[in-house]
Amino acid sequence: MYMSVIEVSDLRKSYGGRTVVDGVSFAVEEGEIFGILGPNGAGKTTTVECVEGLRVPDGGRVRVTGLDPVADHDAVSRVLGAQLQQSELQPKLTVREALEMYAAFYPRPADWRPLAERLGLTDRLDARFGKLSGGQKQRLFIALALIGNPRVVVLDELTTGLDPRARRDTWQLIEDVRASGVTVLLVTHFMEEAQRLCDRIAVIDKGRIAALDTPAGLIHRSAGATVISFTPSAPLPEDALNALPALASVDHKEGRVTLAGTDETVNAVITLLARSHVTAHQLRVTDATLDDAFLDLTERTEAEGRPA
Amino acid sequence: MSTSAVVDKAVLRTEVRLFRREPGALFWILMFPALLLAILGSIPGFRHHEADLGGLRTIDVYVPVAVLLGPIVGGIQSMPQTLTGYRERGILRRMSTTPVRPATLLFAQMLVYGGAALASSLLALAVGRLAFGVRLPEQPLGYALALALTVLVVLALGAVISAVSRTTKIAGAIGSAVFFPAMFCAGVWAPVQTMPDLLARIVGWTPLGAAAEALNGAAAGHWPGWDHLGVLVAWTVLLTAGAARWFRWE
Repeated sequence: MYMSVIEVSDLRKSYGGRTVVDGVSFAVEEGEIFGILGPNGAGKTTTVECVEGLRVPDGGRVRVTGLDPVADHDAVSRVLGAQLQQSELQPKLTVREALEMYAAFYPRPADWRPLAERLGLTDRLDARFGKLSGGQKQRLFIALALIGNPRVVVLDELTTGLDPRARRDTWQLIEDVRASGVTVLLVTHFMEEAQRLCDRIAVIDKGRIAALDTPAGLIHRSAGATVISFTPSAPLPEDALNALPALASVDHKEGRVTLAGTDETVNAVITLLARSHVTAHQLRVTDATLDDAFLDLTERTEAEGRPA
Repeated sequence: MSTSAVVDKAVLRTEVRLFRREPGALFWILMFPALLLAILGSIPGFRHHEADLGGLRTIDVYVPVAVLLGPIVGGIQSMPQTLTGYRERGILRRMSTTPVRPATLLFAQMLVYGGAALASSLLALAVGRLAFGVRLPEQPLGYALALALTVLVVLALGAVISAVSRTTKIAGAIGSAVFFPAMFCAGVWAPVQTMPDLLARIVGWTPLGAAAEALNGAAAGHWPGWDHLGVLVAWTVLLTAGAARWFRWE
């Protein structure tokens, strides 16, 4: 029996001497939506391609439901559905034919009709792949990832090319898929998507895991988790601002002061304002977004100068 | 449901369907050789017996050429472009994540193009026989064997072309570069029987030259020469090994 649905430990992969994945480890639990987030070229796609069995790792260990995606390719391909970042189908193949053919590949396929309906493809069943819009192609690939009734789906850049409405529908679909007990591994660069869908997120930067936490945890652990901004009625002494506790950054723009820090910083600012008899106009305190946390995390690894 | 077999019914059915949606391939592989024969046969001079051709008519020596045309176009020009396109577009890659191996797609392609090539050859024979009274092969078994080996050798040649071509454009260029010598060896410009002795001997070592010689022998009622059949088998083995070695899935 296996412990986690997907286990990756100390995964390494390089191409022609260039290290792309440099010791990545994570485990995805049954029924979880696990996100992989990172800048372009961070090694996200290579990591999931090793999980899908499309690439042979140079080092480390990958297991999907306890099976090796390379050695047990047949068994893994029956439990794992994949949507690849870049792939196409035969241009003259119709949507219906593609669904029927892929359904025939699996021992216990899903009924493709409700799946097509769920993905809004019903009125395009007789359209050829080459005539579909980018969003329709994307939706077809999501359908093909789900058609084998997989236990795990790996979705790489799931909603790229979808309009905002279709993106929200797709998110709902992924939540429904998870509700039916399927484990989801999601590669994305949309923060909103990661924040909304993922139970946990691994931030990958330069082939390494920069952070692994829940979306809220990632935001909280970033240096500037809370943002305070206001327009002071009189200038505040710069050194007093800089001396604020847990301060991550100070910014002045057109008379407005923006501070990033923690709840502690907020309290100290309020005390400082009162003591200096300065009124804060339009005072706003907001939580940082996953966007801020992401930038902070990936910049931090940059500053530490880790080997590429 | 098969996971390791190279033939998958769903894939083969799909590829047959897709082939039928390619009017260009349908015309050039299936119709063109028979059509060319019909045009040549309607030239009165080509229906006279010629002493130069050992008492045969021009149309008689062009039937074997037309028989080879379909396999050449299908195997060397069409198939490599389709296969390379499948790799280039990530179709093979997408298939690698399913229980069905991408090799089944390559195999289905070979069955489709091999089948079309055979159909084209048989159509050319039929047109020659029915429209112009060209005699059917007198050694049918030997002819069938030579034809089967011919189709195998062009498929192997096409497989090598798609193996070494990174893009569809390159596959098209290499295909054309191989296409004309293959046509020459098959006797499109001058049937092998009319070539000077030395040239004919050299051509006999090429896949299509050997194919033409083997088919002509069987058509005339002899068992096709083992030398020509041997050349065909050797090329098929060599080219298949090359294709297997050089082919990249992505």
